Amino acid sequence: MLELDQLVRDFGGFRAVNGCSFSVAEGSITGLIGPNGAGKTTLFNLIAGALRPTSGHIRFFGEDVTGLSSDALFHKGLVRTFQIPHEFHRLTALENLMMVPPKQPGENLFSNWLSWGKVRNSEAGVERKAYETLEFLDLTHVAHERAGNLSGGQKKLLELGRTMMTDARLVLLDEPAAGVNRTLLRKLEAKIKILNKERGYTFILIEHDMEMIEKLCTPVVCMAEGKVLIEGDFQSVRSDPRVLEAYLGETVEPA
Amino acid sequence: MELYGLLNYALFMGVFIGIYALLALGLNIQWGFAGLFNAGIAGFFAVGAYTSAILTSAAAEGRIGGFELPVIVGWFGAMGAAALIAWPIGKICLRFRSDYLAIATIGIAEIIRLVIKSEAELTNSARGITGLPRPFGDLDYMASQAAYLGIVLVVLAIAYVLVERQFNAPWGRMMRAIRDNEDAARAMGKNIEYRRLEAFIFGAALMGLGGALFAHFNRSITPEAIDPMVATFLVWIMLILGGSGNNRGAILGAAVVWIIWSVSEIATDQLPHEYAVKAKYIRLFLIGLLLQLVLRFRPEGILPEPLRGDLRHTKEGNRS
Repeated sequence: MLELDQLVRDFGGFRAVNGCSFSVAEGSITGLIGPNGAGKTTLFNLIAGALRPTSGHIRFFGEDVTGLSSDALFHKGLVRTFQIPHEFHRLTALENLMMVPPKQPGENLFSNWLSWGKVRNSEAGVERKAYETLEFLDLTHVAHERAGNLSGGQKKLLELGRTMMTDARLVLLDEPAAGVNRTLLRKLEAKIKILNKERGYTFILIEHDMEMIEKLCTPVVCMAEGKVLIEGDFQSVRSDPRVLEAYLGETVEPA
Repeated sequence: MELYGLLNYALFMGVFIGIYALLALGLNIQWGFAGLFNAGIAGFFAVGAYTSAILTSAAAEGRIGGFELPVIVGWFGAMGAAALIAWPIGKICLRFRSDYLAIATIGIAEIIRLVIKSEAELTNSARGITGLPRPFGDLDYMASQAAYLGIVLVVLAIAYVLVERQFNAPWGRMMRAIRDNEDAARAMGKNIEYRRLEAFIFGAALMGLGGALFAHFNRSITPEAIDPMVATFLVWIMLILGGSGNNRGAILGAAVVWIIWSVSEIATDQLPHEYAVKAKYIRLFLIGLLLQLVLRFRPEGILPEPLRGDLRHTKEGNRS
């Protein structure tokens, strides 16, 4: 469903992503691993439209979406979360979810004045869905809490929740496990699995927690220095000497 | 006689509070909802005031206008003109982040002020436009003042209801989300540029209306009325003190600050002449001190931004 073709992104003289190509099959959970600075988050930003690639192409369901903005991509079903939680901190957790659904009639100034009944109807539906999502994520008890007051893990869950408020097809998760405690982590894994199986979400997730990668992801893509180093199932990627080398910085070749 | 003077003063004060409350509501849409730092309120105020003046005044030599249209047309015209001028300004300036936007809007308000001051064909330059009609203006003085206060309060009430509705609605929620985190809002499919422009224009229209109400109350408008100190910064203080993000706070802030501003003027005028002149600056100091105290002890303002605007949930009692 998603194909990356020779993506390159430069920041000034620094090439963060250097000719990255791989594709993602519908219904899969692809794990993206690699040492710090390998270009994983930059790659996410390119896919999600937050950055424009210097060169290369991105195809989503066969359509060339290179350079589209993230709001346009959202409407095509491509939704992302952020490495550092990007909650709307002065909105309640419930509102954080309720703002997500696209094309709400109440997003039009004049509808709110002239057809309030219609807006209220739509709001009731959105609110129900938001409560269901909070329930699914075990966040119901903080529904009316300011999102900025939630814990780091709860914010991560809330971000996952936002992706559930729309008809997403591909969800990019940037380090969903970072800063999340073990118990919550198992829960998060279970939620991702359910969303994948029951809702048919395709996931790409960046993660440093290898346990999570092992449990969830096939295939696993390992990046280093802006390129795809190796792609395959978890065992084969882990046992590949090049991966170890990338992580540990050991030079195997004779100097 | 004493009572008469006091009543007149109260009516006068009420009208001004109403007008400032409109400006503060407009700024609340821009800053409180959308996080746009507009420091050019005076510009939109001026555009509204002069538009209504041109549309409703009697014909005069040497300048356009004098269309002698009904006042209500002037007021809608004022909103329309302020909105219309906000569009290109927003298109250009809203791509700047907050502090740059503030600088750009100050500059634009200055441009508007200078144009008004020097374009005699449009605005009769420094002499301003006089002889504006005032609704119920031919009643005797007190009744006319009271009637105008009534009109201002009705306009303010309507504006409050219209703005408050937006705060509770998905539009307001989306704007607050954009304010809180632009990148996340964009990733959730919201068109940030377009929505910001909407909020900017909406707020500017209210500021234009405030200008028109001001001009018709004075029956004239001159470039001196477009002083950034009283037309921009005082409004900012009102909103921050009252509570940005809270429409009632904006109105309350307008009342509190205007009362202090206006009463302190009376107090300083009682002083002997040599001190009275100096004391004018004490008033500025007083307002500044008040702002400092609020920011130090209650940064969210007297009435903070409400948590999830509507009250359905507190009724349900499922807060935990």
